[in-house]
Formats: sequence, C-alpha cells, structure tokens
Amino acid sequence: MNTQPPSEQHLLRRCAGALAIAVGLLLIGWLLAAPADAAPRHGVPGHGVTVSIACSSTGMDQVACREGAEAWARQSGNRVNIVSTPSSATARLALYQQFLAARAPDIDVFTIDVVWPGLLGRYLIDLGAYVDAARRAEYEPALMRNDTVDGRLVALPWFADAGVLFYRQDLLDKYHLKPPDDWAALSADAAAIQRGERAAGNARFWGYVWQGRAYEGLTCNALEWIGSFGGGSIIAADGKVDVDNPRAIAALHMARGWVGTITPPGVLNYSEEEARGVFQAGNAAFMRNWPYAWALAQGQDSAIRGKVGVAALPAGPGGRHSAVLGGWQLAVSKFSAHPKQAAALVLYLTSRAEQKRRAIAYTFNPTMPSLFDDPEVLAAAPFLGRLRPVFADAVARPSAVVKTRYNEVSAAIWTRVHAVLTGEATAAGEMRALSLELRRIGHGGRW
Amino acid sequence: MKAGRRLGSLGVALAACLILVWSLFPLAWAMLTSFKTGSALFDPDVFATPFVFSNYVAVFKGQPFGRNIVNSVVVAAAVVAIGLAVAVPAAYALGRVRLRGRGLMLAAILAASMFPQVAVLGGMFELIRHLRLYNSLAALVLSYLTFTVPFTVWVLTTYMRDLPRELEEAAVIDGCSPPGVLWRVLLPLLRPAMAATGLLAFIAAWNEFLFALSFTATDEMRTVPVAIALFSGASSHELPWGNMMAASVIVTLPLVLLVLLCQRQIVAGLTAGALKG
Amino acid sequence: MVGGLARSQRRWAVVFLLPMLLALGGAAGWPLLRTAMLSLTDAGLSTEGARFVGLENYLSYGPDPAAYDAGLGGYYVLDVARDADLVWRPGSDSYFNADTGQPAPAPAENTLFAWRGVLTQPAWWRAVGVTLGLAVASVLLETVLGVAMALFLARPMRGRALLRASVLVPWAIPTVVGAQLWNWMLNDQYGVLNAALIGLGLIPRGIAWTAEPGLSLLAILVADVWKTTPFIALLALAALHLVPEAVREAARVDGVGCWGMLRHITLPLIAPAVLVAVMFRAIDALRLFDLVFVMTGNSPNTATMSIYARQQMVDFQRLGFGSAASMVLVAIVALVAAVLLTLGRRRGAVL
Repeated sequence: MNTQPPSEQHLLRRCAGALAIAVGLLLIGWLLAAPADAAPRHGVPGHGVTVSIACSSTGMDQVACREGAEAWARQSGNRVNIVSTPSSATARLALYQQFLAARAPDIDVFTIDVVWPGLLGRYLIDLGAYVDAARRAEYEPALMRNDTVDGRLVALPWFADAGVLFYRQDLLDKYHLKPPDDWAALSADAAAIQRGERAAGNARFWGYVWQGRAYEGLTCNALEWIGSFGGGSIIAADGKVDVDNPRAIAALHMARGWVGTITPPGVLNYSEEEARGVFQAGNAAFMRNWPYAWALAQGQDSAIRGKVGVAALPAGPGGRHSAVLGGWQLAVSKFSAHPKQAAALVLYLTSRAEQKRRAIAYTFNPTMPSLFDDPEVLAAAPFLGRLRPVFADAVARPSAVVKTRYNEVSAAIWTRVHAVLTGEATAAGEMRALSLELRRIGHGGRW
Repeated sequence: MKAGRRLGSLGVALAACLILVWSLFPLAWAMLTSFKTGSALFDPDVFATPFVFSNYVAVFKGQPFGRNIVNSVVVAAAVVAIGLAVAVPAAYALGRVRLRGRGLMLAAILAASMFPQVAVLGGMFELIRHLRLYNSLAALVLSYLTFTVPFTVWVLTTYMRDLPRELEEAAVIDGCSPPGVLWRVLLPLLRPAMAATGLLAFIAAWNEFLFALSFTATDEMRTVPVAIALFSGASSHELPWGNMMAASVIVTLPLVLLVLLCQRQIVAGLTAGALKG
Repeated sequence: MVGGLARSQRRWAVVFLLPMLLALGGAAGWPLLRTAMLSLTDAGLSTEGARFVGLENYLSYGPDPAAYDAGLGGYYVLDVARDADLVWRPGSDSYFNADTGQPAPAPAENTLFAWRGVLTQPAWWRAVGVTLGLAVASVLLETVLGVAMALFLARPMRGRALLRASVLVPWAIPTVVGAQLWNWMLNDQYGVLNAALIGLGLIPRGIAWTAEPGLSLLAILVADVWKTTPFIALLALAALHLVPEAVREAARVDGVGCWGMLRHITLPLIAPAVLVAVMFRAIDALRLFDLVFVMTGNSPNTATMSIYARQQMVDFQRLGFGSAASMVLVAIVALVAAVLLTLGRRRGAVL
C-alpha cells in the first residue's frame, strides 16, 4: 500500500508513537494495579480497627464529619475511613441499599435521612444496648420515636432540620406589614407586595415560592399545609389513614390557588435550590425552605444580604403551626465487622459535647433540646435561638409507622398532590383516591 | 453565476453559524455562569455583574480533582484500548468470514447492551465485590466493557463488511494469513471507523456516572462526572452551580483537543478510501 | 485452494472471536442472568428470603401477593362501598371483618381477584407510551440533523476541523451536568431562554418549560436531541469518508445532479453505517434515564420505562418486580432492534 520507502521523519514519528503508547500502557497498568485500599486512613496507626463512615459530600457536612470522626479515632486508638456520598438523598439511599443488598461490610456507619430508619431498619443494628436511659432522655423525643422501629433503636439523631418561612424584612417594612402569622395573611401580603413590586418595574417578582416538584420535598410541603389546617398527618401514629377530610382538601385548595397568582407556575418543578434561586435573586417576598438557606441569603454575594427574616411557617385557620422535621441520623450496618467500635463512633458523634461543637462551629441544629438554651451556642449562632420554637412544633413524617413502605407512601402523596397543583384533578377527588390507595398499601392501617 | 456562488457561500456560512450556536450555546452559557457566584448566578443578565475566577480555584481546592481527571483518562483509555483490541478481530470474523450462527452471535452481543443500567447495577456490584475489584479503576474498566464492546463490534463489523474484497484476496495470494490480512491490509483501511468508534466509546466511558458512583468509594478513586456530581455547596440542599460549571468547562476542553487529534485519523480515511476504487 | 482458505479463515475466526466473547461474557454474563432470575422472584431490597414466584411479576391472575397479611391470616381487602376492612382467607374462601373477625359479606366490587403484574399497571403503560414517543421523536430528529450535519461537515471548507470539534461538544458534556444545564437555562424565573424571549417581546412572562406536563416532554426531547445528535453525525461522517471518491466521480461524469447524487449514491452507501448508529441510539433512547431523572425527577408525566423500573427497585424496594419491568423493557428494545434490522436487511445491514 505504502509504495514509497519510509522516510526518516516517518520512522521517527512511528518511534515516538510507539514510545508514547508504551508509556501510556505502563501508566494505565500502574494505576489499575494500585491496591484498592490505597485510600488514606486517618488516625493513629496502632492496634485499633478501621471504621468506615459514610458522610455527605456536602462541604460543611463533610468537614464537620471528618473532624468529629478523626477526634474519635485519636481518642479511642482506632482508625476511620471517610466515604463521601452524594448530597442528593435519593442517590445516597440507592447507594446504601446496594451495599446492604450485597451484605457488604465496606461501610460500618451510615448517615441516614430522618425518613430512612423504617426503610433500612432491618439492616441496622439495635443501638439500644449501647445507650443508657440518661443519654436517651437528652435527645428530642420526636426524633427518638422516629428512630425506633418495632422497638429497636436503629439510629441516633445527629442534626435536625425543619421547614421554615423566610421573608424579606425590607419589603415588609416598605409595605408596612408584619411577618404573617397565618396563611390568609401570607396570601394577602404576598399578593400586595407582588402587585407593588411589579408596578415598580420588576416584572419577574412573585409573592411566595416553595417546593412543588414531584418529589419528597412536595410531601413535606403538603404535610405542613394539611397539618396547619388541622387535617392530620395523612397517616396517624397508630397507622390509620386520614387524608380524605375537608380540612386537608381546603389546605390543598389554598395551595392550588397560589399557583399562577402569587407563586410562579414553574414551582411545579422547583426543589429547594430553584426556590432559593428566585428568593435570593430578590424576586420573591416569601419562601418556604430549610434553614440552610439562611447562611446563603446572608452571604457576601447575596442580593438580599441583611434584608431577610425567618419565622415559623404560617398557621392554618385553627391557629396551628406545622413544620416537617428533617435532618440526619447515624446508624450502624448489620454487616459491619466491628459493630462495637462503630457504635462507639456513633455515640461519640451524637454526644452533647460534639453536637455543641458542631452547633458553634457550623450552626448544625442540635438534636438535644437543652443545647438550644446553652449560652455559648446562642452566642455563637443566634440564628439557632430563632429556630427553637419551630423545632418545638415540628412533626415527623410517618416513616417510622409505615416502615419499608415509606417511599411508596410518599410517592403516592406527592403524585396526587402534584396532580392537584397542576389542575389536572380536583383536591377532593385526589384526596379520596389517595386515601383508598394508602389504605390498600397499608392493609387498612396494619403497616 | 458569480452572484449564485456568493449566495451559496453565504448559505454555507449561515449553516455553519447555526450549527455552532446549536452545539456550543449551552457550553458557552455554562462558561459564562462559571464566572459567577452567589446571587449573580440567578441573574440571566450575565453582563450586569462582575466576572470572578473563584469557582475555578475552588474546583481544585478541597478535592483531588486533578487525580479525578487522571482517573477518567486512564479508565476511558483502557476501555477504548481493550474494547478495540477485542472488537477488531471479532469484527473481522463476523464481517468477513462466512460463519454459521453469525447472525445469532451478533444478536446476542447486541442483547447485552439492551439491559437498563439500573437493572444490572446490583449484579455488577456483586461481581465486582466477588472479584475484589471494589473501589478500583479496574472495576470501572470491566463494567464499561459491557456497553463498549457490543457497540464497537457492531459498528466495526459494518465497516469491515463494506471493504472491497479484492485487496484481501490479493494479500492472500501474496501468502498472507488471516491475522496478516487483518493487520496489514484491513486495519489501515479501518482507521477512520476505529477513530470514530474509539472516540465515541472514549467519551461514553468518560461521561459514565452510575457505575462510577457505585463501584468507587474514596475521593481518590472517583472519575470526573462523579466528582462533579459530588461537588456540593457549604450546606445540604445547596447546589454549587458555579463550581459545577467551572468543572464542566475544565473537563470539556481536553475532550475537544482529543476530537481535534482524532480528526486527523478520521480524515485520513479519505486517502485510504480513495485507494479502494 | 479457495476451500482451504475458507477453512483456515474459519479456524482463525474462532480465535478472533474468543477474546471478545470472554470479555463480554465475563463482564456482562452474571449481571444479566441475575436480572432475569430476580424477575421470577419476590425479592425485596435484597435477595434474602426471596421466593420463586414464576411469572407473577409479569402477569398472573389471582389475589394480590402484596395484599397478603400474615397478621390477618389472609388477604386484605378494602370494601369501598361499606368502608370496611375485610380479610379473605383462601382456606375457607370467605370474607371476614378484619377488626372483629366476624364473617362478612363479599365486597360489592371484587378487587381481590384480578390480573396482576407489571403488564397490568397503568403507570407502566404510561411510561411505555412516554418512552416510545420520546424515543421515536428523538431518534428521527437526530438522524435527520446528524446526517445533515455530517454531509455539511464532509465538504472541504475553512475552519472545518474546529467546526467538527464543536459539533461533538454536546456529546462530551457529562449527561448529569448537561441535564442540569438545560434545567438551568429553561428555568422559568432565571433561565436564559425566558429572559431572551421576554427581551424580544415574544412572551409577557416566563414560561415554566419543565413544570407544565406538555412542555416538560418537549424540553426533555430538545435536551436529548442536543446531546445525542453528535453520535449520529460522527458515525455518518466516518461512513462518508469511506465512500470511494471514484464512485462519486463516475456519477458526476454520468451527469448525476447534486440531489440525485445524494439520493442515489451517497445516502445508500452510508445507509448501513447510519442504520447501525440509529439502532444503538434507539436502544439508548428506549432506556433513557439520567436526563429525565435530573430534569423532572419521578414526575409521572415524564417517567420513562427505566425511571419506572428504578423507582420499583430502589425507592420501593421491590427488586423482583422492578427486574420484571426491566425484562419487559429489554423485550421491547429487542423488538425494536429486530424491526430496525429487518428494515435494514433490504439495505444490506449487518445481520
């Protein structure tokens, strides 16, 4: 094919090519052959064991998690190995389930969402034997109930979260309004501010943003609306389904009415970040979100720095406030090779001293109510003091009651609620259908 | 005549512009937002706020992103190398030899790539743990072969079949054995196809997410897409949009370079193709 | 001589095929087999304690296994008309009140005995419809666009190398990031598309592209076409370069025009390669997952077959049922591939 004799240059190029390939192969071989556990392990090399803990990859979470775990390692003479997991809860749950399904001992301690104890409980050890009564009493009782599945304490509460209302203090002042205490006031105030701001030239301004995407966040929002209207918590503590009632329907009517009037229609695909995007750009008067948005709204590069207030979510017609409890727990895998040391790590990380350190250094919300009164904590993070009443009223989602069916239940809730919000179906019809669906899934409340 | 040609070249320029905008606008937008932080991210008027470089600095701080890029390069290169090495001979056998059960074998190979990734994830995880490859790059190479090999085999078989028979016959008469024919006669002709499939397979491996997330555990073993997805803001729920965009821009540039390099191979086919007539 | 050649070729063919078969079998064998096996069991989160249930996950007639309640000693039945919880005990074939244990009349509407399995689920068929619609639209659009781009890029012109590199950029952006990027650009409040449309005075207020049921499918389609057109374009381009210049030259000498050249010479010659590209794209499009998952999550308006299967397997901890859905998905993919190959056989495709 190549009829001419290869020129010198040609040979040279071939040589260089071959050399490059050889070097590449060597590099690939070396990297592929690198032992899997080349990962750095932290702590004192010594006699102890290595405990792997799955932390969130989120910046602050991971730093705080690493510091705490390494402190424990130094103190106990063991080693810790930090496995960073996605900050998205769905992705993390999928990853955990894969480990548990394969009975893999690679992760000893899991950081689990507040709604997962029921889902994963069978694969987690009972921490009851490691926690004495005095220690138990220190934690928020609602969280301890949440972490107890079929009488087994499968996780310990690490830090808490709850739905709160953010408002624009500057706009409330401008329109001579007070932070709304109930939904009627919020609707009226939001409409008034929206009218005023649009007339003033901001065509993109909206009154109220929240999370309306078909996902777990919508279940949280819906539970808050329905709870504040006195419509129950969809599934009661005894397992009975209670959602096909006039108050729940009225609550959804209200939310449906917001969409397109004081709430952008796009909210139907908003999760936390989209809502924060609109609010933090200065284009909304009110926002329902988790406390994380506070630090960002007050950040150096925020358009609304110093103009934001936070309050409990508005009450329904009966005067009841309702906030859904969120947050993360620590649990030990049933397949752990070192359950004793893993439990010790969990106890250390959820201890009063460590929670205090995390609250002061990173404003993580403690799961021990007494820490909200701690003067050092309040001095370092005054924001936590403002959340105190919110946490006092916060309610858990029905995850401990419905156990492994929680995701199915939540999916049924958000699907039906989403259909109401888009206007595809009526609130009354969907709540009736949801009630029947949940009763069938839960065998009439026998979860 | 002249006016018509000018009109034609105007049309060409217009089409080129359209293609450029369609292909590049999202990346350009990513690039613009990668220079933004905080509330400026949520402002569609990008020129209203100052441009900052902090996102690019942040990408390489706090995580071994350089190592992640190396990991991705190694995995993708190994997948392409192994994939082509097994696919080219197989394509020769399937494309140029009259074999019984050839159709069945092609169908079976294709079937391997029909399963949704999420369904094979569990089994793949068991396999990898069984082989003690968990949290290693070899685990990724192994799992990526499941989608690279069927694709390369099929594409190369098509091309292989279309190559003229005369060249091969001439080589056989000259005393070449089948491996010789493959290596000396067909391989050079296949270069454009190999460059194209290799490039597509490289990028597919480079971008793979689910397996990479599931089969590695430590930051040092992550590949680029997982590293980007694991970027997170200071607190939970927060999406570090600026950092993600900066990282995406950083990892797209080497691929563009790679494409430019592979072009030479693909274009080289022009001359090889001309030999056929 | 020729016979000897064929025999030696065939012997070598086996040697040539072996590494590929080993690589594929070693990497894919067990995971695929396991999915098929799991689809015949009632496995939950793990295979621990899973029972063999035959084809129950696909299609079966009888009481819903999910309604079986060990505590009640039978199948739970909700009597909607009388608003009562009943239990049906297979042994006695009669209904009892679940709370009191007293015999109860059969419910007016028999919901216990019915066809079960993934093939009877409206949500599954909705996902099938969404997926097929998206796949057909997406593959058609990107084939037309991709081939057109390839034809354009094959002509000699200034800056061609750079243009070719740019065309591949969408394929080079990780899907997870690309999907977020589209979500960002399509956001109703701070998205650039709405800002541009408002700026041009075309719309008064931002459109919620990813939130409205009809529009969200369109948004996903555009993002998918954008992402995958380069795949077809590149393979078509490589095929174009394999078209012998002499063939085209001969046609030109025969006075074949531009359009005739395209229709009768160029397109037929690249058809087999394009068809293979189309088939792999169709297989991918039918398994579409991450783009949708990032852009609209589990929303039933846009849920594809893979989303449905994942939700069953991961979210609802029904590994067996989800595997059955996956197997049906594989069957649909195989069917589509077979149709494409039959169509292609006439055009001289591989099989």
